Formats: sequence, structure tokens, C-alpha cells
Amino acid sequence: MKRLLLGLLGVAAFVLAAGPKAEAQTPKRGGNLNFAISAETPHYDCHGSDTYATLHFSSPFYSTLLRYNLSKFPEVEGDLAKSWTVSPDKLTYTFTLHDGVKFHDGTPFSSADIKATYDRLRNPAKGVVSNRKATFADIESIETPNPTTVIFKLKAVNSSMLDHFASPWNCVYAAKDLETDPNFPRTKINGTGPFIFVEHVKGSHVEGKRNPNYFKKGLPYLDSYRGIFTLQAAAMLNALQGGQVLAEFRGVSPAERDRMVAAMGKNLRVEESSWTLNLLVLFNNEKPPFNDVRVRRALLMAIDRWGGSVGLSKISTLRAVGGVVRPGSPLATPEAQLVKLPGFSKDIKAARAEARRLLKEAGQENLKFTLWNRNLAMPYTPAGVFLVDQWRQIGVQVEHKQSDTAPYIAAMRSGNYEVAIDFSNLFNDDPTLSLTKFLSAKNNPLNLARYNDEEIDKYYELQLREGDITKRKQYIQALEKRLFEQGYQQPLLWWHRIVLTNKKVMGWKMSPSHNLGQDLAEVWLNE
Amino acid sequence: MANVATAIPATPAATLPKRPNPVLTFVRQQPMGAASFVVIFVMMFAGLFPQLVAPYDPLGIDFAQILAAPSLDHWFGTDAYGRDIFSRIIYGSRTALVIGFSSSLVGSSIGAVLGIASAYFGGRVDTWIQRFVDILLAFPIIVLALVVVAAIRKTVIYGVDVNLIIAIAIPIIPRVARVVRAAALSVSVMPYIDAARAAGYSDTRIIFRHMAPNVVAPFLIMFTAFIAQAILLEASLSFLGLGVTEPTAAWGLMLSGNAADFYREAPWMVIFPGVAISLAVFAFNLFGDSLRDYLDPRFKT
Repeated sequence: MKRLLLGLLGVAAFVLAAGPKAEAQTPKRGGNLNFAISAETPHYDCHGSDTYATLHFSSPFYSTLLRYNLSKFPEVEGDLAKSWTVSPDKLTYTFTLHDGVKFHDGTPFSSADIKATYDRLRNPAKGVVSNRKATFADIESIETPNPTTVIFKLKAVNSSMLDHFASPWNCVYAAKDLETDPNFPRTKINGTGPFIFVEHVKGSHVEGKRNPNYFKKGLPYLDSYRGIFTLQAAAMLNALQGGQVLAEFRGVSPAERDRMVAAMGKNLRVEESSWTLNLLVLFNNEKPPFNDVRVRRALLMAIDRWGGSVGLSKISTLRAVGGVVRPGSPLATPEAQLVKLPGFSKDIKAARAEARRLLKEAGQENLKFTLWNRNLAMPYTPAGVFLVDQWRQIGVQVEHKQSDTAPYIAAMRSGNYEVAIDFSNLFNDDPTLSLTKFLSAKNNPLNLARYNDEEIDKYYELQLREGDITKRKQYIQALEKRLFEQGYQQPLLWWHRIVLTNKKVMGWKMSPSHNLGQDLAEVWLNE
Repeated sequence: MANVATAIPATPAATLPKRPNPVLTFVRQQPMGAASFVVIFVMMFAGLFPQLVAPYDPLGIDFAQILAAPSLDHWFGTDAYGRDIFSRIIYGSRTALVIGFSSSLVGSSIGAVLGIASAYFGGRVDTWIQRFVDILLAFPIIVLALVVVAAIRKTVIYGVDVNLIIAIAIPIIPRVARVVRAAALSVSVMPYIDAARAAGYSDTRIIFRHMAPNVVAPFLIMFTAFIAQAILLEASLSFLGLGVTEPTAAWGLMLSGNAADFYREAPWMVIFPGVAISLAVFAFNLFGDSLRDYLDPRFKT
């Protein structure tokens, strides 16, 4: 009897403890989500953009062929694709699409829309910008045998192809819209996503309402959402604290996190992750004395990344020391190997002595130059301050020039700079994505350091075509070694992502990339 | 008749009243002005020879000392990069003085020339100059500086942003022009100006040789007062991210950036630069007022 009573008490206690929790995890339908977007997109076209501002704006309106399963990142899952197969020779990808999908204007979705979208991505018409042209250069043909099947045939094996298909930038557009105007998506929105575009008030907000015909039944949970442009971090934090917005999905600094935790306490949810973003030190390899490998190496060797990461992680979003692949991810170079590469030594005294020697040998003992940087406080300013300090320690004088993004990008693209802080904004850990930036400049507009190196191009190609992960890792490390020994450009530090959401916001999934998971389909409000 | 003529005692030169020492007179008459000059002098010394005063490298990062509270090692504490705040304030006085003095000198000089020319030529020239001055005066000083600095961007020569100096100097021009014109109007009707005209001197010579020296008192007062304004403007523009950039030691810049993130944990990051700005502006304003009281004859009657 006593046992029975104890058993019953135990069951009752379990039900009491688990009951409300289980109820809290059951998604509730309805409500409006206000969230902050810290930048405003210059246009609506995912294909021609590199800024998260476009994705946080446009993602809820669109679907993609594949996407990442953020609960099991970096696992890929279908979005418009119900299933897919890859041929044994890895040259044919066949996708079976969801049936009964409709665009917001009522047009039925079919494989023709996938073909039109990927044709636009890989071979944009005149006047259309596709930042993914190189990514899909391996596609030889796209066939649509029936409305729910699409077949991609490749020219060569591409180890990263599935990841490329899951890119959040590949918003699927309607073939008929693109026929009418190839630049239709730049200024107008017609997708198959969970939300229908309502309005965009420039300088203020973007608004979307629930798509009642969304092909994933029961989703989205929200009735509507409003993305509010809060360009000033202080304004965003105040809005979050005051409840005017319930989230900002890009990320904040540790100091901002601490301030909000103190202010909001248990009403705030803090989620942290390493980030598929890094800052790079970039040399203009065409401009003397930065066309001298000794000068570049000396400057990289003077940087105490390990010490810097400890300090900078307390005051900025910069944290992890890593090579060309995100540290901690499967293909990243282990620390034991990394410390042997120029710029990553833990014996900073010896490294700086060698740096001084190299500068002397190059006749650049009194080197002076301008470091170009963006005038964004986080984390560009701390990175600039840190680099100026590091280079002063080997007798180099640096003028730190911070400018608006537009003149900064213009200077980078025109080669009108000496040394700069650049960024690499990735959405996954697949090396092909991050390595593209390092390919020779002659065929690669993304290479802002303006050098050509056939060895780097060779290792890039080898890793791209290699199916064996061990061999692929070797090629990536060989490329990394060559890149760092030549010192063309080098990651400074990798970012650390901290996202703050009001605890009312449920269903949003944290990931290492702020470009992913922004369609808001599974987000709901616990009110 | 007795000769009653008495000898007039010779008056020795030594008994003639001495011309008072102007410095001592200023100190006696304007003690607050003298005290403010001492502050300015200290600031100028620190700005000219910061390496003699500052105990640390103002740009030297020390992550082991992040946000250290004021102590014997770091009198004013350290900032988010572990940099010594006292040393940054000392070096910051150089930035404040270079930009303050240069902007005020450029703005006041152009304003004085415009004011004198306006008074001297009169007529259409006066009307045009004064309407131009009216237009510039219609904008608040900070708004005008913001517009100019946003429009002309940055040109750094020997570590000094020349365009920042121009941006701060432009709002000073109309204010000085208006005051100097008033003084120059009374000078322009003086007989010696008529004499100079009659002698056939050129307009340039009359303006610079005969009129300018006689409006130097209001010019000096305005110049001094606008140094304070320029320091404040430089600090405001740097605070707004439009002035000097990190890691330059500048008072306004010290109040922005990381200070905004950490002022709760490390209030010294904002208190000491704020005190430095206030002290400098107060000293220059007080000195300008004292100079006006000392030089203006109306205050002596």
C-alpha cells in the first residue's frame, strides 16, 4: 500500500512537473511577431545579395529547393523538394517536388519554376545580378521531365553541390514572373513561402501575413509579422527591453547581452553559438610594398591572435582563432597544426622578432600605411584598434581609416587601398564556400586581395572534386598552408553569435549562421 | 623787494606714475580669468608635451587590465581595451587643442575679414555678405558642422583631419563676421580711415593695416570663446562617429563606442573624459569673458 501511495505520488509529481512544460511546448496559433532587423536591404532579390538584411527581409516570403535542418545542422532536408537521389557517379541530382504548391498570386508551382530559378542563378540575363553564378558553374543542364521532377546534370563531380542546393540565397521565383521581367524579384515579391508580402515602408518596417495556402500543412503558426529596421544597436536593445520587438536574430555583443540579461532577467532567452563569419586581414598584393611576401608575412606574424581572442571576446563578437574553415567544424585544421602556420604561433615574442627581421630584410623598417575598415562598431572597430596596436609593436605606423560601407566596398573593388579588414559571410561549413574567396583574381571578382596563384587554384579544384573526406581535408590544409605562407590574406578571428529573444518567442532555432532559418514558419508566440 | 622767487623743485623721472604691468592688472582685475588661464596653460603643456606627462602609451592595449578601476597604477582607470584613461586624456588634449585652435583661428580670421570688408565697402557688398551670414546663422552650429562633415568626408594630413577643421570653422565664420562688422562700422568712419582713403591707399591696405588692428579686441574675444565651442563640437562629432577615429585619443571619442557598452560597470570611462571636456570648455569660456571685460573700455567706466 505504502509503495502504491509513493508510486502514485511519484506519478502525480511527474505529471505536475511535466504537464505545464509539455503544454508550453505545444505551438499556439496566431499573433503578430515584431522583430528587429539591424540593417535594411537595398533590394528584395536573394540571388543578387550577400547581406543578411535581404534574407531577414525576404526569407519568410520564399521557399528553396533544399534547406538545412537546424536541429541537426549541417544536415540537409527538403523544402520544395520532397525527396532526391544522387546518381552513383555523382553527376546527376534528381529531385521530386511537392505537389499542389502555389505562389502567393495563385500560380501553381512546378519544376519549370525551379529550372527558371536555377537558370537565373547560374546564367543570369543581361542586367541581372547573380552572386551565385560561380557556385552553379558546374551545372551542365536542367531537365524537367514532368511538373514534379527536376534533374540537374553536372559537368564534373562537385563535393559541395548538395550544400549549394540548400543555400538560403536560392529563393525560388515563378518562371512566368522572370519571363515578364528578369529583374522582377528585385522590386516585387511573389514566392511560395509561409508569409505573403503586405508592405515595405522604407526606413521603417516590412510586414507579412500568414499564407493560408502554404504547402506545409498547419504552418505557419503566426498570423503576421513585422520586421522593424533598427539600425542603431542602442535603439534595438531599448525596443527589446521595452517589448516593442521580441527578437533580433543576427546577434549582439557580450556587453549588450549582459546589459539585457540584467534588464530583462528571466524574460530573456540567450542563445550562443560559434558563427560562420570571420574577419580577414587583406593586403593589396598589387601595391608595393605589399607585393613583397616578406612584408605580408611580417605583418601577419605580428598579430597575437591567441591573446587577442581572449581579450576581444570580452568586448566584441570576435572570439575563435581559426584558419579558412570554421574552427571546430569537421574540416577545420586542428590547433596543433594551425600554430605551425605563419600568423598563428603562440610564441608571439619569437614571431614578432622574426617579423622585425623580415621587415628589415625587405627594407621596410619604418613602414607606414592606411588600414581601411568599415565604420561599423561591432566588431569592426575593435578589430581595427587591435590590429593597429599589434603592428605598432613591430614599429609599423598605421592610420586607421573607417568609412561607410559604400566607399569601403568601392575602394576594395577598385584596388584603391593598401591593407583592409574584410569579412567572409558564410552559411555553412562546406569549405568550397569559404575557399572561393581565395581563388586567383583573374577569374574571381570575390578576390579583393588582387593576386593570382595557380597552386591555390589547383588545391581548390582538387578538394572540390574529391569525395573522400580525409583526402579532401588534406587538400584544404595544403591550400591553407600555401595561402598563409604567401600571406595574401588571412582570417583574423571568427565571430561568436549571441542571439537575444523574448521568452514569448518559441520555435525559432539557433544555428551557426544568421543567414539560416529565417522563414519564421515554425515560430510561434507563447502568450 | 626781496626776491621771493623760489626754486621749483625738480620732478625726478622716478616719481612719474608707472605704467601698470598688464599681466598683473589682468590677474588683479580678473582672478577667475587668470585661474582659467592656468587651466589652459596646463592643458597646452599636456598637449604639447604629452610624453612627459602621460604614464602610459595611449594606444597600448593591455587585455589583462580591461576595465580596471582607478588605482595608483591607473589614476583614472582603464577602458575596454585596457588602455590607460589618464594617458588618453593627456594625449586627447592635443587633439582638442589642435582642432580647437585651428578651427577657431580659421573661422575667426575668415569671419573677421568678411566682417571688416562688409563694414568698409558697405552698399551691395555689405548686403550680400550679411545675407550670406544670415543664411549660415539660420542653422544651429552643430547641425551646420554635421552637414559639412558629412558632405566633405575626411582628408588626413599629418594625422589631422583637415576637413574636420573646416567643418568646425564654417559655423564660426558668420558669428565672428557679425560681431566684427559691428566694431568695424564704428572704425570705418574714423578720420584716419578717411585720411588713408584721401592718401590713395588701396582697399586691401586700409582693411588690413588700418582697420583690422582696431578690431583686434573683439576678434581676440571671439577667437578665445570659439576655441571652447570648437572643442565641444569636435567632441560631439567624434561622439557621433563623424570626427576622429579609433584608436586616436580624443575626448569625444572616449565617450562613445565601448564607453556606451560599459559605462555601468566602468563609469570612469565616461566621467573623466566628460570632466576634461567640461573643464576645457569652461576654462576657455571664462578666459574669453575675462578678456572681454579686461579689454572693453565700457567695463572700465
